[in-house]
Amino acid sequence: MNAPVLPGTLNDNPVLERWVSFPAPGKVTVNTGRVELGQGVLTAMAQVAADELDVAPARITVHSGDTVRAPNEGYTAGSQSIQTGAVALRQACADVRALFLDQAAAIIGCAPSELSIRDGSILRNGASTGQDYWILAGAIDLSANATGTGPRKAVSDFTSIGHDTPRLDLPAKIFGDAAFIHDMKIDGMVHARVVRQPNRGGNIGNIDKAGIKRAAKGPIDFVQTGNFFAIVGKDETAVDLAGAAALDRVTWQNVERPSPQQQEATWLLQRPSVDRVIGPPEPSDPQGRERFERTFTRGFVAHASISPSCGLALYKDGQLTVWTHCQGVFPLRAALARTLKLEPSQIVVNHVQGSGCYGHNGADDAAADAAIIALQMPGTPVRVRWRREEEFVHEPKSPSMVVKVRALIGADGKPADWTAEIWSGNHNGRPGGGNSLLGEEALPGYVALPPANEVPEAAGGGATRNAEPLYDIAHKRIVHHMITEQPVRVSALRGLGATANVFALETCIDELAERAGQDPVAYRLSITSDPRARAVIEKAAAMANWNPKAPGGEGHGRGFGFARYKNKAAYCAVVVDLDVEEDVRLNHVWCATDGGLIVSPDGALNQLEGGIIQAASWVLKEQVRFEHDAPTGPSPYDWETYPVLKFSEVPEIDIVLLNTKDEVPLGIGEVAGGPVAAAIGNAVSHALGARIRDLPLTRERIAATLLAG
Amino acid sequence: MAQYDFLVNGKAVSVALDNEATPLLNVLRNELGLMGTRFGCGLEQCGCCMVLVDGAPVKSCNREISTLNGKTVTTVEGLGTPAHPHPLQQAFIDEQAGQCGYCLAGILISAKALLEQNPSPTRKEIALALDGNICRCGSHNRIMRAVENAAAVMRGVK
Repeated sequence: MNAPVLPGTLNDNPVLERWVSFPAPGKVTVNTGRVELGQGVLTAMAQVAADELDVAPARITVHSGDTVRAPNEGYTAGSQSIQTGAVALRQACADVRALFLDQAAAIIGCAPSELSIRDGSILRNGASTGQDYWILAGAIDLSANATGTGPRKAVSDFTSIGHDTPRLDLPAKIFGDAAFIHDMKIDGMVHARVVRQPNRGGNIGNIDKAGIKRAAKGPIDFVQTGNFFAIVGKDETAVDLAGAAALDRVTWQNVERPSPQQQEATWLLQRPSVDRVIGPPEPSDPQGRERFERTFTRGFVAHASISPSCGLALYKDGQLTVWTHCQGVFPLRAALARTLKLEPSQIVVNHVQGSGCYGHNGADDAAADAAIIALQMPGTPVRVRWRREEEFVHEPKSPSMVVKVRALIGADGKPADWTAEIWSGNHNGRPGGGNSLLGEEALPGYVALPPANEVPEAAGGGATRNAEPLYDIAHKRIVHHMITEQPVRVSALRGLGATANVFALETCIDELAERAGQDPVAYRLSITSDPRARAVIEKAAAMANWNPKAPGGEGHGRGFGFARYKNKAAYCAVVVDLDVEEDVRLNHVWCATDGGLIVSPDGALNQLEGGIIQAASWVLKEQVRFEHDAPTGPSPYDWETYPVLKFSEVPEIDIVLLNTKDEVPLGIGEVAGGPVAAAIGNAVSHALGARIRDLPLTRERIAATLLAG
Repeated sequence: MAQYDFLVNGKAVSVALDNEATPLLNVLRNELGLMGTRFGCGLEQCGCCMVLVDGAPVKSCNREISTLNGKTVTTVEGLGTPAHPHPLQQAFIDEQAGQCGYCLAGILISAKALLEQNPSPTRKEIALALDGNICRCGSHNRIMRAVENAAAVMRGVK
């Protein structure tokens, strides 16, 4: 018999007790492979389980993200937690509920259809049967596989899903509890700081150990293996002082530094690349249609998590336990096993919350640092906390991108053929994607891994994400040049290539509307047949009182942007209102999003608000420039060399969610980035009467555009 | 070993330290076990480590402990408890004002300092008062709304 096709990640983790258990009377434990990154996902999972099990949310404890009990759901990434993780949990709970009802029916001697469940108690035609989950639990084998046959509740019957539930994790953060991995203390723990290898292949020259010890003003020790050098000690202050002092007391050979030329995306155009075409061949003859071509760039962008990464590890009796705020404990375990030459069965990896990561930041690497040191100090718990500068210099960056759009425009003013040609580094530098852990590169005998593969198209693509317009265009294709050699490590940042690709495509659509003498919203609708896409476009325009005749120029502008994330997740349309003087001043953002079934409406709004503000920050301010003078390299190293949007710079935001009672949830966590980037770009162009096609939209670029005008 | 005596959240503390360079942040976290004040940058730029010293907002990551003798320090733990929340904390819960929450302790302290100086701040005044605190998740509008609401509660008009 073939195994049933189960929803989402239930396929890979079919055993029911991986998801649900009844550990004590009145208590339910729900396991999820998804981890809390500040997006409220654990609260959402509790809501899903409450509805499909028919128990009060207060009975549920959500256990998340370890390699012992939780299902292996890969990474908490890609706006997938609800779309593939919650649907898996939902079916697992429905299957469990059905098993209990069958058992109760057999005991009572009735049909399961006569039974219902209220807060864990089993009722027959509304009256108590004396049975409940906890009484029956001993008789039911939850080591069975899910069948996918447990009936799921109708959306209209939900009492928790779709209703606002206060986040479970927020009180600890508001009352100042030990909420984060940074706050963990283990008896006998030492603090550690790593003196970072400046680049792969860098060799330690001299270490002025006496000088470092003097600077520590307290007792410290050293741990060294190959070119991995760390300072450890009981007193965090001493370790911190020593770590800072070591920056110019350890010399390095074979140092390679990124150069300022490499910071601009156009550097990519001259590099060797791995090329492919997705879609039909590009026509050589325009067949009478007009050619339209535009080029867009975006520099490297940092995750810039508010807290530097942290990891803890303990190696004892041949077993390694690691605590990390990374997005995927199973892929990290595999990478640690490779790095440390241990079996995966010797390693337990536990997720503990960190600050928001928005993708692959230094979390995995800090955990690896702690593990490498722990192996040198068996029995001693090790806590590594990166320095601020270390996070900025060494976190993997979102790769720079060049996007060239070539379109053939028909006599009706609409595009008939569309090519997006992309030059970019890899957006999939995660440990599971094939990349090394940072500390691993410094260990003796390090052998470079083969280049990582880009995110597959079936998973939404990496650099190619959202390069193909959702619009009605007869022929579309992507030409992708992956540039393997990069001046810095590159990897996944919220939205991957979608931000630059939607910026490019939606700017072109705006220009084509202008060329056709049409209002940008009306023009978009004229090439959009997908009714859900039309609905968000119309809604955002209505929310903003979009006026096709609004005069542009003179410093005030409005712009529109639209995308369906990955062309298969949530739909999002955005209107931005702004003023441009020397800088861009955002006034208001209106956003209409169709994310299908919404588990937590306020959580969805919070994610969208955050996505809007973060995208505004990327677009207006952010580029990793290799022209700074950080102690360990020409990189941004603090919040002055890498400024982000401040409280006084955020716009008013209005969001409307559409279609929230649909059966199917569509991931919303990353949907806003591209539309916001495009809407800001289009609004700036409206305000200036000239286009800027390079991100970020800095004061210098605005001044140059005005001068050229 | 030198000894330092000061008040933290209303309680007298006496800390003996070998390392005079220990900043207030490390004393709070590692000596007193008060984990609510977070390390963000160590550069006095991000505001995660904000505390009140004699009522004034101070970034504690570089504040030398030797300057604290006899002073009064208030951390986020000193604002309120889940049973008896400060109006700011209640407002942050009510508005679900936060995502990862790493910045919140520092922001609550900055907001408390603002409301003591200015019980009826405008949105713009709130924004400027919080510009020394970085929020990377984009919870800014909720946070500012929560501060406005808390101010109204504290003025007795809400």
